[in-house]
Amino acid sequence: MTADIRDHTASQHLADGPPGDAGTVLDVRDLTVSYVGPDGGTVACRDVTFQLGRGEVLGIAGESGSGKSTLITALTRLQRPPATTTAGSIVFHPSDGRPGIDLVPLGSRELRRLRWTSMSIVLQSAMDALNPVMRLGDQFADVLRTHHRGMDRAAAKVRTVELLGMVGISADRARSFPHEMSGGMRQRATIALALACSPQLVVMDEPTTAVDVVMQRQIMAQVLRLRRELGFAVIIVTHDLSLLLEVADRIAIMYAGRIVEIGSAEALYRTPAHPYTRGLRDSFPPLHAPLTTLHGIPGTPPDLRRLPTGCPFHPRCPVAVEACSSTKPPLVHLPDQAAECLLLTPEATS
Amino acid sequence: MLPSLWSNPKVRFGLVVVGFFTALAVLGPWLTESVLGVDPRANDISAIASPPSAEHWLGTTQFGQDVLAQLVAGARGSMFVGVLAALIGTALAIAFGVTAGYFGGTVDHILNFVTNLFMVMPVLPLIFIVSGYLRGTGLWVIAVIIGVFGWAGGARTLRAQTLSVRNRDFVLGMRMLGESHGRLVAVEVLPHLVGWIASMFLGALIGGILAEAGLAFLGISDSGSISWGSMIQAAQSQSAVLRGIWWWFVPPGLCIALIGTAAAMINFGVDELANPKLRAGTRRVIRRTRRAERAVAAEGGAA
Amino acid sequence: MSVATSDAAVAPTPETPGSTPTTTRLRVPSRWSFMVRRLGFYLAAAWAAITLNFLLPRMMPGDPSVAIIQQLQRVSGQQLPPETLVSIQALFGNPDANLFEQYLAYLGQLARFDLGTSISRFPTPVSEVVSSGLPWTLMLVGSTTVIAFVLGTGLGVLTGWKAGGRLDAILTPASTFISAVPYFWVALLALWVFGFQLDWFPSSGGYDPDAEGVAFWLSALRYGFLPAATIVFSAFGGWLLGMRNMTVTTVREDYVLLAQAKGLSPGRVVLRYAARNAMLPSFTGFALALGGVIGGALLTEIVFSYPGIGYLLYDALTKRDYPVMQGVFLLIALTVLVANLVADSVYVLVDPRVREQG
Repeated sequence: MTADIRDHTASQHLADGPPGDAGTVLDVRDLTVSYVGPDGGTVACRDVTFQLGRGEVLGIAGESGSGKSTLITALTRLQRPPATTTAGSIVFHPSDGRPGIDLVPLGSRELRRLRWTSMSIVLQSAMDALNPVMRLGDQFADVLRTHHRGMDRAAAKVRTVELLGMVGISADRARSFPHEMSGGMRQRATIALALACSPQLVVMDEPTTAVDVVMQRQIMAQVLRLRRELGFAVIIVTHDLSLLLEVADRIAIMYAGRIVEIGSAEALYRTPAHPYTRGLRDSFPPLHAPLTTLHGIPGTPPDLRRLPTGCPFHPRCPVAVEACSSTKPPLVHLPDQAAECLLLTPEATS
Repeated sequence: MLPSLWSNPKVRFGLVVVGFFTALAVLGPWLTESVLGVDPRANDISAIASPPSAEHWLGTTQFGQDVLAQLVAGARGSMFVGVLAALIGTALAIAFGVTAGYFGGTVDHILNFVTNLFMVMPVLPLIFIVSGYLRGTGLWVIAVIIGVFGWAGGARTLRAQTLSVRNRDFVLGMRMLGESHGRLVAVEVLPHLVGWIASMFLGALIGGILAEAGLAFLGISDSGSISWGSMIQAAQSQSAVLRGIWWWFVPPGLCIALIGTAAAMINFGVDELANPKLRAGTRRVIRRTRRAERAVAAEGGAA
Repeated sequence: MSVATSDAAVAPTPETPGSTPTTTRLRVPSRWSFMVRRLGFYLAAAWAAITLNFLLPRMMPGDPSVAIIQQLQRVSGQQLPPETLVSIQALFGNPDANLFEQYLAYLGQLARFDLGTSISRFPTPVSEVVSSGLPWTLMLVGSTTVIAFVLGTGLGVLTGWKAGGRLDAILTPASTFISAVPYFWVALLALWVFGFQLDWFPSSGGYDPDAEGVAFWLSALRYGFLPAATIVFSAFGGWLLGMRNMTVTTVREDYVLLAQAKGLSPGRVVLRYAARNAMLPSFTGFALALGGVIGGALLTEIVFSYPGIGYLLYDALTKRDYPVMQGVFLLIALTVLVANLVADSVYVLVDPRVREQG
């Protein structure tokens, strides 16, 4: 951690400050997701708790196998067997002041009504996310006409053109099939699609891994601009911490199915509290700074079926003490962040 | 891989049934002579077309022959044709599919064209005609004809798989290092195709058994040997259906269907093991998940 | 994979909203070039079938043309007229001409639709014999293929969508079993149960020989029902299994997940997103499946003594009527090619991505 990276990132931060204090849009508590197997379940997400403010950008980062994809399908209620939510609640707060709705026990009919109008999703690969045998315009029209009763074909077409325009795609592309468009254009189209029914929350699963770095920045800048204009909140899940540092207001770090640290992007970058966060930060090259020494994290993420005792990170942790292998670390609240690490507890520091 | 194969109930069922019929084919003559004590060709004048009884478990034919003994003897004929046809067909499919996929370019164009030709040719009628010219020949010839004309589907699959293996880094690297083609195919490509080849062999096996049965039904068979198809043909020509001698034509057809089902089950199970998307759709996984969901819901309701 | 690299080159910078970008799109009418290529392939395949038909009797041991001439002389009880001799030699081999001359003569015969003279039905020309059976087989196989395809594909979508459900637990193993059963054995069982035991349907033939006009057509339906039902029964399991597995795989594709996330009705998700895509391999696998159906249908005709191509073939095989055998094969081969061309045309309509398939 050198001084120039820090200063640099601060100045290059694309996000425009902390979110407005307009309340909470999503309240996730103790969410636990298991994969049911012949010999019981494998817990892929355990006790995930976080709140998302209106218009806020929350980044969730972790290595593959950390449970972040499982978390996304659980949040959006799109999980399929053998995944199942075994505990916790996902309370969505509508913008019109109605009481919050817990998505977990909701039936499929009620869920369908909430889908896309309240919460939409952008998937990792736009190539795979768009129906290859349907014209782009038809894939907008069907969702528009499902949720806006009485909207006719012509009105849906007008709205589609408007949405495509927001991400810089020309109107005649509505007649294209997905394979006739470039990768970046497809990804922007899926973002426009996600905004079709003016949702209050857009969940993005690795939204830019399928495109090159230049396109990545253009797309993220576009997302942030649209967020400013339309006011939706965003959850971005990615393994790319450096991207999150640039775009997210707050960041959650996942390890072995748990959120091990959560806090403002600024705090996580400047003063990461968890050794794993520190390791992640130091293993990415800074985009706009002279190269410095990179430090990877030794070892691999643990097998979720055989988690280490104590802190699940201790076998890979460079600063682990003996107690780490036996004691589960509690969540320790710090001024700008919270983290699960024994070293942060008063006993450890004393 | 092998233990996990066995853990799949579909594969287990398939392997047991295929194993059973293979044993029947190998041990057939010994079984009929020593265990059943009946000659499948012997005519029991005292029991003509008699229904299943203690004497003849599956009854007798119009000629007073024991159906069970014929069934056991027929396993050898049918399995022999099936296995030989499948060996030939698989060898040709490898020759065409792997060569085309591995070399690409002009070689691929030509071989792929030939493969596609055989795919759109009505193979079964073609086999009927060719065997019609060569009538009175043995099971060997019939198996060869079936194998020679029935490889195109497998070749197409193997070609596609070879293409994907060929473009993997290690094969490309070895090629650049100047490794010989033959060695590369044998050491690097074929081992990756073993699953596909095994599955196409099973498909060809049942295809061969079905084709032989069809040929025998048309009257094209080795008059000296018994197969399940020739049993059905004999029943048909003696109007067994009209006379209601169902025990004559039902068992051989059931045997064909059973071994076909077994082969399909093995392939189905292997698909499930190889394709996680398919595996997630199995009844076991879905029911287990639903059960877990119900348990959570009940717990939540109580709390 | 290649998305990222191609993107950098192709993608225009994001245009500002409102301005109309003038990107020219290079859209090759790929559907047409695909169809032209396929048409070319089928022409080549037709040529191959015709040539195979030419080579078969010449590669066989013995001399079919001599045998045919001897048999014809025996059944007619007289010396054959010279034009019949020429025709037989052109079709089945002429010891006095080289292969190339024979090939030209053979093509000449075909151009005149002269397929020789039937031995068993002397002196009826083969073309007349086979064309009497063709309509029956076309009706039988055509209708059953369509019905089996629709039924199997429809049920396959249902079982695949509700994989692990009750329907899946019953239909999938049942179809696995059914698709392994020989057609003619099913036909025998059907004949035994419905033709003889219950006596619901006529047991043999394709029509009531005494009926005329509307009654004739009604009798054709009644006679054809049992053969058609057995073919549909034997054939639909294969379509079901293929479609079921494709649906199970497709349902886990991202675009189906996204369709569900969009809150579309389940029916829409199944039909327009899952089934529409899961169906595509059925068209590319059509050729292989059709071959099996035809072989099975021929044998089914024999069981029911149905007056189609299959029964003719059986008759020709038992009576060593080589000219009819060859004629039947040529006719089947050419018909199958046309059917495949039709399947390809449908494929072009349902998949916008058609590229070279070989």
